[in-house]
Amino acid sequence: MSAVIFDNVSIMFGDKPKTALPHADQGMNRAEIQEQTGQVLGVHNCSLEVQEGEILVLMGLSGSGKSTLLRSVNGLNPVVRGAVRVNDGDDMVDVVSCGKQKLREIRQSRVAMVFQQFGLLPWRSVAENVGFGLELAGDAGRADKVKTQLELVGLKDWADRKVGELSGGMQQRVGLARAFATQAPILLMDEPFSALDPLIRNRLQDELLDLQRDLKRTIIFVSHDLDEAFKLGNRIAILEGGRIVQCGTPREIFSSPADDYVADFVANMNPLGVLTARDAMEPGSGGDEIEAETPIRDFMARLKDETLSVTENGQTIGQISAQSVVARLSA
Amino acid sequence: MDWLTDSKIPVGKTGKTIFEWLRDNGSWFFETVENVLDWVIELTLTILQFPHPLVMIAIFVAITWVIQKSWKTCVFVALGLLFVVNQGYWDETTESLTLILFACLTCMAIGVPIGIAAAHRPKLYRAISPVLDLMQTLPTFVYLIPMIVFFGIGMVPGLVATVIFVLPAPIRLTHLGVSSTPKALLEAADAFGATPQQKLWKVELPYALPQIMTGLNQTIMLSLSMVVIAGLVGADGLGVPVVRALQQVNAAKGFESGLVIVVVAIVLDRMLRVEQKS
Repeated sequence: MSAVIFDNVSIMFGDKPKTALPHADQGMNRAEIQEQTGQVLGVHNCSLEVQEGEILVLMGLSGSGKSTLLRSVNGLNPVVRGAVRVNDGDDMVDVVSCGKQKLREIRQSRVAMVFQQFGLLPWRSVAENVGFGLELAGDAGRADKVKTQLELVGLKDWADRKVGELSGGMQQRVGLARAFATQAPILLMDEPFSALDPLIRNRLQDELLDLQRDLKRTIIFVSHDLDEAFKLGNRIAILEGGRIVQCGTPREIFSSPADDYVADFVANMNPLGVLTARDAMEPGSGGDEIEAETPIRDFMARLKDETLSVTENGQTIGQISAQSVVARLSA
Repeated sequence: MDWLTDSKIPVGKTGKTIFEWLRDNGSWFFETVENVLDWVIELTLTILQFPHPLVMIAIFVAITWVIQKSWKTCVFVALGLLFVVNQGYWDETTESLTLILFACLTCMAIGVPIGIAAAHRPKLYRAISPVLDLMQTLPTFVYLIPMIVFFGIGMVPGLVATVIFVLPAPIRLTHLGVSSTPKALLEAADAFGATPQQKLWKVELPYALPQIMTGLNQTIMLSLSMVVIAGLVGADGLGVPVVRALQQVNAAKGFESGLVIVVVAIVLDRMLRVEQKS
């Protein structure tokens, strides 16, 4: 079942957003629309289905509309035309038209969010921040839930500190714990790791993947960093100028970029995390066996002095060697 | 230039007409306000003046300890108040403190809600901003005259004049504090499903608290600066000896009572100051 469905979502900023829709429908870009109507295009006609339990990464340069699209899921940005349907347990609820009370229920129990700049309340302790969402929903037994979350993100010993005393990485752990604490099945992450230094960013990405393995939430993740997108995303949607230009698995995007914009992105990334044994094999067989879907990065070191057999369902379908990898990369 | 001065716009007359209309038609209102205020002020004064001054000073020092947790400030407060007793101005000081207390209560009770409303409605703030300027710049003596007309001579006109002059401070500072709440925090509250009430109590007011406390401090200091003016319209307190010294051209008394006002001001400031945490 789907967790979130974007159905022809258009978002405009300005005082008369509807006037800009016909211009956007004609395919004008943001600058042209702004010149003619004074409205700013956020996103236009974006359709996307997010499956339960998957991590979907919205990716693009700044100004591509990725955050705008994400923020329509919990109604932080008003949708001018179209629908955003969110799984409410029994049925799909359109957050654009559902009314304030229903939207509040969805925000309290179905969709939680993590922010780039953390959005923590500096006068509160770590534990009070983690319990913020539960507190708003009037959850009386939140002390235990908060404790569990703090243990999950490794901040048990910091519960009573003020968030200002924590480093950026730890503050974002608090942000993650706050989002996890409401038990919302859908998580929105708006460049949560972009404000952190690279080492911490890497570590938090790994921790998020570890957590996700157990928690199996639906995560919509915004990033401008393709390596991050490829590492985290089960699927990636690439946006440009407010429109989705390509959506697919990391491998699909890497192997067949839809246009030059996507190709430029892909050209700047490390392909070894994406390509699997299947992508770089050549006909033949020999040596130890390896699963076709194994990422090349995982067995790179062994290729230095041996050739491996690539297998699928126990059948050998080819072989992979240092030469075949180099041949694939330079293709 | 005759054409310009011949037909004078009747500003003064209009004002007088309004005041007279208010006096004639609103007297029941002003009398009720006056009676109620007189009664509570009298009561508070009795409470403040009942114990021995040294007992009261001990209570003030204890309050200082609770708020500031600093023995240096406590010693300072004790010495300052002992100096006031030494100079023979204790009764006047309690009278002024009563006036300040009620001025502050009124100003905060009216000012904080107006400040919050103004922060949520930029149009409202634009509308009341010139009124606030007027309240702060209009010479106090101008509205003292109608105050005497409405309330007679005594504590009440002094209190009302003080409130008019001081009220803009808590409004402005509350507005500043609430409206400068970072958008990111409000969005986070929105994203977790906060109601407007929850946003106010759990995000905006805690964020604005230092500003609101600064507003309280300003309210106290500005109220104290009004005691001499209040003395002019017959409000008891530290203003009375100053006014009397002025009438008698008594430099010694003027200096003495002036210094006591300054000491009381500094004592109150140190007692109630809220340190801004960075």
